[in-house]
Amino acid sequence: MIGRMPPDNANPAVFVARGLTKVYRMGEVEVRALRGIDLTLYRGELVVLLGPSGSGKSTLLNILGGLDAPSGGEVRYLDHALTGASEAELTRFRREHVGFVFQFYNLIPSLTARENVAAVTEISESPMRPEDALALVGLGNRLDHFPAQLSGGEQQRVAIARAVAKNPAVLLCDEPTGALDSATGVVVLEVLEKVNRELGTLTVLITHNAGIADMADRVIRLSDGQIAEIHSNAVKKAARELSW
Amino acid sequence: MRALDRKLFRDLWHLRGQVLAIAAVIMGGVATMVMSLSTYDSLTTTRDRFYAEYRFAEVFAGLKRAPEPVAERLAAIPGVERLETRVKAGVKLEVEGFSDPITGQLLSLPDVGEAQLNRLHLKRGRTVQSWSADEVVLSDTFADAHGFQPGDTLVAIINGKRNRLTVVGVAVSPEYVYQIAPGSMFPDFKRYGVLWMGRSALAAAYDMDGAFNHVSFTLARDAREQDVIDRVDAVLATYGGTGAYGRKDQFSNRFLSEELKQLKTMATVFPAIFLGVAAFLLNVVLSRLIALQREQIAVLKAFGYRYLTIGMHYVKLVLLMAALGVAAGVALGAWFGQGLAHVYTETTFRFPYLDYQLDPGVVVIAFAVGALAAISGTLQSVARAVRLQPAEGMRPDMPEAYRATLVERIGLQRWFAAPTRMILRHIERRPLKSLLTVLGIACACGLMMVGNYQRGAIDFMVDVQFRQAAREDLALAFIEPTSGRALHELAALPGVDHVEGFRDVPAILRFGPYRHRGAIFGIQPEGELHRSLDRNLQPVAVPPGGVVLTDHLANEILHVKPGDMLTVEVLEGSRPVRQVPVLGITRQFLGVSAYMQQDSLNALMREGSTVSGAYLAVQPGTETELYARLHERPRVLGMIANKAAMQSFYATIGEFILFYNLVATLLAGAIGFGVVYNSARISLSERGRELASLRVLGFTRGEIAYILLGELALLTLAAIPVGFVVGIGLVGILVVAFQSELYRLPLILTPENYAMGASVVIVSALLSGLLLWRRLGRLDLVAVLKTRE
Repeated sequence: MIGRMPPDNANPAVFVARGLTKVYRMGEVEVRALRGIDLTLYRGELVVLLGPSGSGKSTLLNILGGLDAPSGGEVRYLDHALTGASEAELTRFRREHVGFVFQFYNLIPSLTARENVAAVTEISESPMRPEDALALVGLGNRLDHFPAQLSGGEQQRVAIARAVAKNPAVLLCDEPTGALDSATGVVVLEVLEKVNRELGTLTVLITHNAGIADMADRVIRLSDGQIAEIHSNAVKKAARELSW
Repeated sequence: MRALDRKLFRDLWHLRGQVLAIAAVIMGGVATMVMSLSTYDSLTTTRDRFYAEYRFAEVFAGLKRAPEPVAERLAAIPGVERLETRVKAGVKLEVEGFSDPITGQLLSLPDVGEAQLNRLHLKRGRTVQSWSADEVVLSDTFADAHGFQPGDTLVAIINGKRNRLTVVGVAVSPEYVYQIAPGSMFPDFKRYGVLWMGRSALAAAYDMDGAFNHVSFTLARDAREQDVIDRVDAVLATYGGTGAYGRKDQFSNRFLSEELKQLKTMATVFPAIFLGVAAFLLNVVLSRLIALQREQIAVLKAFGYRYLTIGMHYVKLVLLMAALGVAAGVALGAWFGQGLAHVYTETTFRFPYLDYQLDPGVVVIAFAVGALAAISGTLQSVARAVRLQPAEGMRPDMPEAYRATLVERIGLQRWFAAPTRMILRHIERRPLKSLLTVLGIACACGLMMVGNYQRGAIDFMVDVQFRQAAREDLALAFIEPTSGRALHELAALPGVDHVEGFRDVPAILRFGPYRHRGAIFGIQPEGELHRSLDRNLQPVAVPPGGVVLTDHLANEILHVKPGDMLTVEVLEGSRPVRQVPVLGITRQFLGVSAYMQQDSLNALMREGSTVSGAYLAVQPGTETELYARLHERPRVLGMIANKAAMQSFYATIGEFILFYNLVATLLAGAIGFGVVYNSARISLSERGRELASLRVLGFTRGEIAYILLGELALLTLAAIPVGFVVGIGLVGILVVAFQSELYRLPLILTPENYAMGASVVIVSALLSGLLLWRRLGRLDLVAVLKTRE
């Protein structure tokens, strides 16, 4: 099942996945996490990967982010094949092109907000200034705070600033609001929305929370390692209108 | 097996790398203790058994000559249980194919039957036949050094007459467990030997028919030694008695006691240091290790496990680690101990057998110390973890509070990229933990320095002794005090560059309740060869009219200071007692001496210019001929060639030093590696998630390794100078603890010591870094996205 037309077909494809499978061997049990995924993701879109736990959405995200290798099929990032790439090549791929946002923020506690961002910009080719990235997420006034001095929502916004500061081609967010209450979660989603809109970064957001799907350009529903449905929102809701 | 116990073994297996490293630290401490204590116990037990079985005498007396019936008067002294008279003669020996001078001590054996006291243990051959004229038994050190077998012959020059003697046996005697030529600094088995032959044959050669010049006693159980000594002296006064003395002044026993005292010190000081350091490290390492288990502890509490059960669980965990270390330490220590005891009996003490002893008490103490250190470190952390509410424990830790470091606050931050700031802040975030890690690593460095300190110290001692103080090539002793004119004859011998006479008067020095049995050395005030040294080890002239004492003799034995009056009881001739002022203190590492100007000493003795021996400077290459010429002179009794003495000393202690260096390197290495590896592993556990996150963000393995290993490197580098200080401190403790009459160690650390100390730390760090590098390659990147801790 190939996706329907993207919202703006003038945009080039960033990721093209064909026939992706992933089999984990857990002792004697074989877990088929992905069973043949065909998928194309385009520049500038905001995609929500929706599905219950065990549906394979995290596995898919990990493969797209160069953290895991598929058992079968192939993935291309622009004109690079990710399948069969070496560890060093994947590291370079992540470093240059991918921004990650984790459920538990994973900030470096010993670095201030500004420095957490700088840790990434220092190893990037043409990054934003950390101050600009933090201003983008609305934390321009908390530059020199350490993670311990920030709330959960603020920490996640620092994580987003850190992810986008290197001007990545893709922003991969794994349950970014999973550890936050709904009001704080909305603020984080607003930031993601703003980044997607202003920077045009392909943003892939994993969630099991269907309420979030309304802010996406496309919603990809996964179930049992397969794409159950791809659905384009005719009208995107603004993040602040969301609630769950 | 209960689930919690199953967890115990799984945890142990999971932590096996760290378990081994911790066990290595304990092993190092325990092995040192077991080695030293078991060696000490073994040698002490062996000595006591040997003394008892071979009837080592309790009081000894030398004299010029007394007719045999005098023995009956001595036997009648109350408190004397048994006595035996002997003839004792200083001799020169000739061994075919060996041109260096050899001195010997020839002792009589009864013509019929076995000796009553100081019996011989025959290692090979047999004892001399009754009434034999030319049979001799050799001390085993001398026989072994020259490869003598029963049936071989050698020449002894007794009283100027050459006697060819046939070796019939090789023996060990309780009187000569430690064999060292009188006046010599070190044992020299090739150039000094003890021989035993039949009484009548020796008496005939030495003009002692029907007479004796040495007597030994054992005492009744309730006898007071000093009373017996006083009465013996009274009886022998008219026969040229040189003063009776007890075991504590008996030459071999005195050295043996001193050595055992040293060993005892070592058995206390070294293990105290090693175990102390091990305990400290254990505490640090385990408290961090257990802190990592915070979440598990919370889960156990949530299940309803009680504090006590949880505490016991972790106590069991560390006790198993400690038990592993103690077991390995006892095994290794026993093995080292046997090796060390063997080295002792090979090189220093001659016993007929060795009773190796490993006191179970030592094992118990070792385990107690190891366990105590382990448990105390554990309980602190367990208590801290147990105090948390379960829910709190299971929640992810709040990000730890960090702040800008001092270097940044003073404005240097622009020089550091984020990874470097992470290193600095992590170190400063937990100053105590960082400090403890630094101290732990420093201890390993210090231990290594202690272990390797001896070599440099001995080199220094020997250098001071032979290049500053005793610079003569040859020291020779006359058969009895002689007119100073004899020196002119010596100076005229071919190859002799320079001659300095000395007067050596055996004496007891007394000050208040303190006494020292030794000698007063009369040397030349402006001497070139034999000199006394001042505090800065510079030669200083002995002033006239009084005595100058070695620092140890003055401060530790006699408790006198310059200006005090010393009572000198001369043990020669008419045995006068004189008062002599102390004029100064001289510095000396080997032995203790009392120096006077020779003229002053002659005046004190109311004698003209008299010498008992001479120091010679000899032209290189002329030694052999000179030795032969001196050998011919009947009045020259013994000769000690310094260079040969030094070489034999190094040969003797070489094995010791090798052994110690090996043991110390092994143990300090084990401790060093244990600390560094554990610190690094725990750092990795504490920061694995952070590092994996950075990997996900695109950091390379090298870049995250920089963050983790950079911290390790920084702490290691900081630890090296601290380690040098620790090393100096530990060596200082040793120097103080090891002061004895035999020698005082100088506080000398060579560049090699520092290099060894630093290298054990650096090698441990590199090795740990390498192991960690491999682990960093296996970080689970996917897991960090989902899990919180």
